[in-house]
Amino acid sequence: MSKMSATNAIEVQDVCLSLGGHTILDAVSFAIPQGSYVGIVGPNGGGKTTLLRIILGLLRPTHGRVAVFGESPFAARRRGNIGYVPQRIAQADIPFPISVEEIVWSGRTPAIGVGNRRSPHDRKFVEEVMDRAKVGHLRHRLVGNLSGGERQRVFIARSLAADPSLLILDEPTTGVDIAAKEEFYALLKTLNADLGLTILFVSHDIEVMTSEVAFVLALNQRLICHCESHKFLSEDTVERLYGKAMQSHPLHLHL
Amino acid sequence: MIPSIFQYEFMILAFIAGIVTAIVAPTMGVFLVIRRYSFMADTLAHVSLAGVTVGFLTGTQPILSAMAVSAITAIWVEELRRKRRVLGDSALSMFLSGGLALAAVLLSASRGLNVNLHSVLFGSIATVNRLDVWIILSLGVAIFLAIVCLYKELSCIAFDEELAETGGVQTRLINHIFVILTAITVSVSMRIVGILLIGALMVIPVTAAMQLSRSFRGTLWIAIALSLLSVIAGLFIAYYVGFSSGGTIVLLSMALFFLANLCKKFVGSP
Repeated sequence: MSKMSATNAIEVQDVCLSLGGHTILDAVSFAIPQGSYVGIVGPNGGGKTTLLRIILGLLRPTHGRVAVFGESPFAARRRGNIGYVPQRIAQADIPFPISVEEIVWSGRTPAIGVGNRRSPHDRKFVEEVMDRAKVGHLRHRLVGNLSGGERQRVFIARSLAADPSLLILDEPTTGVDIAAKEEFYALLKTLNADLGLTILFVSHDIEVMTSEVAFVLALNQRLICHCESHKFLSEDTVERLYGKAMQSHPLHLHL
Repeated sequence: MIPSIFQYEFMILAFIAGIVTAIVAPTMGVFLVIRRYSFMADTLAHVSLAGVTVGFLTGTQPILSAMAVSAITAIWVEELRRKRRVLGDSALSMFLSGGLALAAVLLSASRGLNVNLHSVLFGSIATVNRLDVWIILSLGVAIFLAIVCLYKELSCIAFDEELAETGGVQTRLINHIFVILTAITVSVSMRIVGILLIGALMVIPVTAAMQLSRSFRGTLWIAIALSLLSVIAGLFIAYYVGFSSGGTIVLLSMALFFLANLCKKFVGSP
């Protein structure tokens, strides 16, 4: 799936964002090599989603530079290099009739080019993607009638349909039950290991961060740390990230 | 034997214009409805009234002047929505009243202007002439071809605009084309259903189809079928009973909506 040669998948240099006088992100810099599996963790309001939106080119930073595969987010988007699964998609109300197949194919839109002719390669690719996300058997179902976990997989398939090199997910498991959650993270792991897909996701779930991903970016306005996930808990990062409040409720860490 | 209704040229013209309207209106309507942009049709229709008046005052074809005025408004509203300067629905309601106000002023300023306001507002089959039909037919074909070419982009944006954008769809360009197509659809539909009832023909068949369909594409086809049924039956009734064509067509599509809703209730949701 990977289309680019060896550069960093994402480079963020000195990114600042303020909105209405409030600082949301302050001098954030990091690089994510291709093929990495990285999680962003931090408190609510710490700027996680905002950072993703800047990387996706949906928001412009007040200051600083972002490169995705060595080019601007807009250029990377045009190439279909970025797959995105937004927040709360598993719970979102979809009040109009649309089938699973139609959602997944809509992810293939820019790759098809002008017109509606689907080549055999398009069809084969979309079939593969649906198999991988295990949604093939749901193809004729209405998306609005699916469970949270099923819907999550449909939107993963949708994001893969354009053959991206980078997959960005925002709180992917909100509204998904525990069994579906495990299956979901297993899917992400195979996408990362088998296809070399760079994966970046946001979660406030520290347990997931330490057990699933290889690298953690801890964000609370500033980048508190960018480290391997097993080192994440051994340092005093959690305290710096969440302040003293976390210490009085150690059970929340599920340790 | 040809039924007596088709012995009159104006009825044949009305049927051609009606069928084009019946196909094009719900086709655009599907995208408007699922984007929660249904009100756009009504707004552009009201603005079209100002366009029609301008047409009468300057001696241009009213359909064309209506189309120009509503296309400009459409782009304006879309830009306001995109820049989030104004909430989408307040922009629409502002332009709706603004269009009507402009029409009122222009009409009053041109006292003695011979405009059959009733037929413009509620649609009329007797006033359709050959030139109208040629304009309606060519614009209708153009809209349909544009939708066929852009179907996947339009539906991708309609499902989720932000996902379409991050996926590399040129949302701004496509949205501009989309609102211009909506403006053209409104001016095409104006003759048969009238300015006040265009929105209904773009929205009601779609809402009815949504009760029955199991996919987006299915919704589109069912909506076109229901709209054709309402328009054709409506034109027959309008001719034989003498009712207003626009009113009859919209009431019939409302009836089909309730029927579809009953079907859903008793047969179960799709």
